[in-house]
Amino acid sequence: MQTKRMTFNHRWLPYALLAPQVIITLVFFIWPASQALYQSLLRQDAFGFNTTFVGLANFIDLFSDSLYLNSMRVTLIFSVSTTLLSMSISLFFAVLVNKMLRSRDLYTTFLVWPYAIAPAIAGVLWWFMFNPSIGILSYMLQSIGFDWNHRANANHAMALVVMAAAWKQISYNFLFFLAGLQSIPQSLIEAAAIDGAGRFKRFYSIVLPLLSPVTFFLLVVNIVYAMFDTFGVIHATTEGGPAQATNILVYKVFRDGFIGMNLGSSAAQSVILMLIVVLLTVVQFRFIERKVNY
Amino acid sequence: MVENKPWATVLAHLFLILGVAMVAFPIYVAFIASTHPAGSFVSGTMPLLPGGEFWNNYSTVITEGRSRAGTPPIGLMLWNSLLMALAITFGKLAVSLLSAFAIVYFRFPFRMLFFWLIFMTLMLPVEVRIVPTFQVVADLGMLNSFAGLSIPLIASATATFLFRQFFMTVPEEMLEAARVDGAGPFKFFKDILLPLSITNIAALFVIMFIYGWNQYLWPLLITTDQSYYTIVMGIQRMVTAGDSEPLWHLVMATVILAALPPTLVILFMQRLFVKGLTETEK
Repeated sequence: MQTKRMTFNHRWLPYALLAPQVIITLVFFIWPASQALYQSLLRQDAFGFNTTFVGLANFIDLFSDSLYLNSMRVTLIFSVSTTLLSMSISLFFAVLVNKMLRSRDLYTTFLVWPYAIAPAIAGVLWWFMFNPSIGILSYMLQSIGFDWNHRANANHAMALVVMAAAWKQISYNFLFFLAGLQSIPQSLIEAAAIDGAGRFKRFYSIVLPLLSPVTFFLLVVNIVYAMFDTFGVIHATTEGGPAQATNILVYKVFRDGFIGMNLGSSAAQSVILMLIVVLLTVVQFRFIERKVNY
Repeated sequence: MVENKPWATVLAHLFLILGVAMVAFPIYVAFIASTHPAGSFVSGTMPLLPGGEFWNNYSTVITEGRSRAGTPPIGLMLWNSLLMALAITFGKLAVSLLSAFAIVYFRFPFRMLFFWLIFMTLMLPVEVRIVPTFQVVADLGMLNSFAGLSIPLIASATATFLFRQFFMTVPEEMLEAARVDGAGPFKFFKDILLPLSITNIAALFVIMFIYGWNQYLWPLLITTDQSYYTIVMGIQRMVTAGDSEPLWHLVMATVILAALPPTLVILFMQRLFVKGLTETEK
């Protein structure tokens, strides 16, 4: 990594400039992460008096624990559905808005603001609309004969948190898709039109392939969002229920660590989550290096 | 030429208007609910037009809150959120500007080591290291304080990278000219780099303000004292506190107040917001 050709010469100043960031990183990031790594190899008795070194036993327990495996499955379903739902709606909006000339900015304004809503608030909003006794949408569903109850039905609860999480993410995906669409040369689309390709043919064989870098980028970002930033959606609404149906990994770490007080297991879960983040970050950065070639 | 059928355009507008309405619907419902008296939802049908209790409900939440349910007045929580968001924003901007300056404009031993150290924070979101981070903050005696709310969230790899990228594009001649004129590092930073970075700083400000305002898990963990509650976590307390159905008209008034500041920031600084969003995530 290069610097400027000409730099300042100073013995201690660069360290002083880096100090605030590095100290915060060491104290609040690296140290806790190493603690998680360390604690994941220990086991405490119920009262916290005795700690014994148990090696990888916490990890082995996790992978044979049906609750943890269930949580993994739930996380997978949740993040894939949130990502697909949010990205397809956003792509649809972006394609339509991209056609507009005068009204483009207006529609953009109306579609970007949900980014401002905190995940927890998004959760509460949808929780309220689908509230089985007073919610407006559950009332509508009831009037067409559909009995909605996210407090008892696992699928309903999952659908609810997916909708809330996807709704909040629409603006983000929309902005990136719109930027991607605008960078596609109009001449390619015109050439295809002259060759007789219709509206849908043009979309599938020209627009979609040229959007693939943006799509792939968003795929990774959305999975990361759904896995780690949606804690608020779950915590403010279903709290992992009913019967573990929405207990995603991030929520389970919190529950086991703070409510269950099972530190060893919680630390092991943290370590697994860190590995997932590292993996996703590597995927994302490899992609960014490749983007240059497109 | 690409065909231009009028019916297709009309259809597109139709879909978009429908879409915009659908996206806005949850907030609309929240606003309507916040203008009705307490009992009006229990009957089963939720009204779709504003009621007459706007001032009543909003002044109730702002000044009284729901003290019985364990949340302080919204006014205080809004203030706490603002303080936390601003502390996080300014903190992040300051530390990342300084470290990017050090990394780009100085050559010193262990430069790469520091760079990777900062880079690693990208891979460690609060959510994955909750328990040990909480322990560190507790050991430092920072529970229930603004320092505890903001400082652990201040380190920022993305902002540091963004400023590094930007500093790399600043022409070499700037530094050469400054050095010829006898400017030291501080003068160069203050009088040349900062003014050049102002658009980037503003764009990041928008993104980070929203990030700070919307913090949820962190304030939830480290505040037990009501006087440090922030509004986003306060809503959860209002929804889950007590056995009875929450007082939805007051909850929704709080939701509107909590969502308003970041939404206004986005609407009024849309251009900077888009710039910040697309540049930090590259």
